[in-house]
Amino acid sequence: MDASADLLINALISGLLLGGFYAAVSVGVAISFGMLDIVNIAHPAVILLGSYVAFIGNTVFGIDPILATVITLPVFYLLGMVAYQVYYVAFERRDDQSLRGLSFFFGILFIAEVGLILSFGVDYRSVQAWYVSGNLNLGIIELPWRLLVPFLLGMAMVVGLQLYLSRTFIGRAIQAVAQDQQALRLMAANPTKIKRIAFGLSFATAALGGAALIIIQPVEPSIGREYIGRVFAICVLGGLGSFPGMMIAAVTLGIVENLTATFFGPSWAPAVAFGVLLVTLAVRPSGILGR
Amino acid sequence: MASLVAKDAEREAPRGLGHVAFILVMVAVAAVVFMITRSIGNSYAFFAAYVVVQYMVLGTAWNILGGYTGYVNFGVTAFFAIGAYSTVVLHKLTPWMPLPAMILIGGVMAALVGLGTGYLTLRLRGVFFSIATLALAVVVQTLITNWDFVGGARGAYVMRPRIAPLIGGDYIQYLFLVMLGLCVIALATARAIERSALGYGFAAIRDDEAAAEASGVPTLGLKLIATALSGGFMGMAGAPLPYYVTYLDPSSGFSLNYAVNAIAMPLIGGTSSWLGPIVGAILVGGLQEYIRVTISSAVNVLVAGVLMVAFVILAPQGIVGLFQRKKR
Amino acid sequence: MTALLHVEKVGKRFGGFVALQDIDLEVQPGERLGLIGPNGSGKSTLVNCICGTLRNEQGSVSFGGAAMDGLTAHQRTRLGLARSFQLPRPFGSLTLAENLRIPILYAVNARGERTLSGAAIDARCLELLGQVGLADKARQMPRDLTQIEMRKLELARAMAADPKLLISDEAMAGLSHAEVDEILALLIRLNGQGVTVIMIEHIMRAVMAFSQRLAVLVAGRKIADGDPKAVVREPEVVRAYLGE
Repeated sequence: MDASADLLINALISGLLLGGFYAAVSVGVAISFGMLDIVNIAHPAVILLGSYVAFIGNTVFGIDPILATVITLPVFYLLGMVAYQVYYVAFERRDDQSLRGLSFFFGILFIAEVGLILSFGVDYRSVQAWYVSGNLNLGIIELPWRLLVPFLLGMAMVVGLQLYLSRTFIGRAIQAVAQDQQALRLMAANPTKIKRIAFGLSFATAALGGAALIIIQPVEPSIGREYIGRVFAICVLGGLGSFPGMMIAAVTLGIVENLTATFFGPSWAPAVAFGVLLVTLAVRPSGILGR
Repeated sequence: MASLVAKDAEREAPRGLGHVAFILVMVAVAAVVFMITRSIGNSYAFFAAYVVVQYMVLGTAWNILGGYTGYVNFGVTAFFAIGAYSTVVLHKLTPWMPLPAMILIGGVMAALVGLGTGYLTLRLRGVFFSIATLALAVVVQTLITNWDFVGGARGAYVMRPRIAPLIGGDYIQYLFLVMLGLCVIALATARAIERSALGYGFAAIRDDEAAAEASGVPTLGLKLIATALSGGFMGMAGAPLPYYVTYLDPSSGFSLNYAVNAIAMPLIGGTSSWLGPIVGAILVGGLQEYIRVTISSAVNVLVAGVLMVAFVILAPQGIVGLFQRKKR
Repeated sequence: MTALLHVEKVGKRFGGFVALQDIDLEVQPGERLGLIGPNGSGKSTLVNCICGTLRNEQGSVSFGGAAMDGLTAHQRTRLGLARSFQLPRPFGSLTLAENLRIPILYAVNARGERTLSGAAIDARCLELLGQVGLADKARQMPRDLTQIEMRKLELARAMAADPKLLISDEAMAGLSHAEVDEILALLIRLNGQGVTVIMIEHIMRAVMAFSQRLAVLVAGRKIADGDPKAVVREPEVVRAYLGE
């Protein structure tokens, strides 16, 4: 096979897998931004927190990195609920989301980053597990487990959340909460409580996304920032709050980034998300599946 | 909102100092600050004071867009670094060019980037602009990292002239003087905006954009003016940086500290008037220098973040707002 | 006599939902027009299309003989078209007087027919606040106002733009009997000063007292337009309001 065609196919496949991982880190923003209309730019900081939990669980207690974050999911869920409560009391109730609410999350992002630097230093950290190295051989193509496992994790999260949101009472209430608070009150559901639950969920997904992240690549405290552009580009491109749109956007970004890295060099990859974001905002702010 | 009632009184009754008088007072204050710093007699004082004044300019610049129109720019580092790297380029191409001219060019470059980003995203809800500016910081950093002419990821060395032009002495004295001058210009601009029709238009946008349009305010145009002015001043604040640090690489030029400080200082000082960013910069900048010397430089960067979060939750009007409420 | 406002075949969709369809409407200079219709009939959408807050996909709107299609909201305000919002939208961080200063600076001064400055602006703000009975609150903030005061501020701000046509969007909803009369008197007084007024309202007593002509929107279509007393007796209008 021609060398560049080979490169292309590999870039496409690993881009697809990367897209599944991007869905895992973005699904929380699809909930908080897309459904609750809360612009939590500190979301990547929570993802990194998840990565470091996986790191500690793995290196200190010797357990599987994904299992380590699964065990701590209730903590992340509670953390999210607390974060929403603070946000609600300090900003949403005062109708001051756009200036001070945004700055609040920005401050949290920064504090988390510096806190991680103070605790773990600026060295790259990674985890040990059977799927961190090695490939799954499928005839001509080889799929690295390191990408396949996060991909599967991302898929499972998106499908699971989609079922939860469409099949349960609270799930449906979460989808309605941004659009119609009045209707929600008529259904005897307290919008603040619904949002608190949803925000807790968003934090929990970030923790799982963090486990996926540290499986894919070693992490250090400042890489969270690279994911701000990515997760928001994906959510905006996907049309806010739409999971199918988000999946398409995540895979698109994964493939475009991978092609960029393959043909122009990996140092250009971070700019791709921004390009996608700006073009989307300028040309089609309602996203690919938007009307 | 007591602060704004007070400001209104100031606007309508005796309008306080006229623009020219204000600039003269500011120049006098800057001169006194410079003489005091010089009397300390070591260059550390200049290095420390430069940082604080640089943050005054950055904070004031951020506040022109953030405080007056309510649009949050998280991409401070992008604009700041555009100014800094424009000086790196000019230093290589036209080393004879005087620093103020480089500053002006850096400012224009940053203003143009602000205009472009704003033009693409300011028609949408404010949060989209904020998200775009966050991503802007990443993309500008990527571009610079891949640009070998300015040193790429390795960074660039910029030789600082030994002797300051005009005033003599160490070059850092000249850098400080230039930054003080820039600060006076930024403050005079911010204060003039507050008292002009432009300032009222900005306030209307901040409060309710649809109502502003219905009242005849050309909201997109005004937002673009604010973005360009704000970005321009950030670029100008960054332009002297290469001479200050003498070695500039993307990770230091794009340090998140710049963005956090530039946002934290107005929010802590108070966003409704030109005084807020100054109060915030003196307080936070001073505290940071103190902690850097006495505790550690790792803790010192936390200060701005923690104070900012505390202020936006507990004292959204900032220090100036608290003070004016008490006065009333 | 040429119409001041001429709405021709205006249509507006939101996705698959047709909010307005083939709306024709003419308003003569100095006229008092009432516009009624059940909730969701497209009244506010029509106002938004006339004022440029929304873009109508079909049809055109002209004002004072000139087409306004493609003009932004602030450009239309500068041409002399002012509106009040259904839910008052004051500038919350500005005093009442400063609230009125915005349209004076950006609509009146920008129009260029006359330019007010300094003391003249302050005097004009006070005069306008006086007309709506809020002169003594000039230095207060909008959040200190009662519901009716908020509506009055909303109308005063629209008036501050020196409009030829004022569109009052449900300025009376939720007000008491006496308060409705107050706003009603205010609007009739404005009309007496030569301002053409479109009043959108649910309170039929006020609409009937105010309107020289009445137009009815139902489900995005205009089903009646004419003498108020005749219009409210038309079978189609009765059906829309009372059901079959």
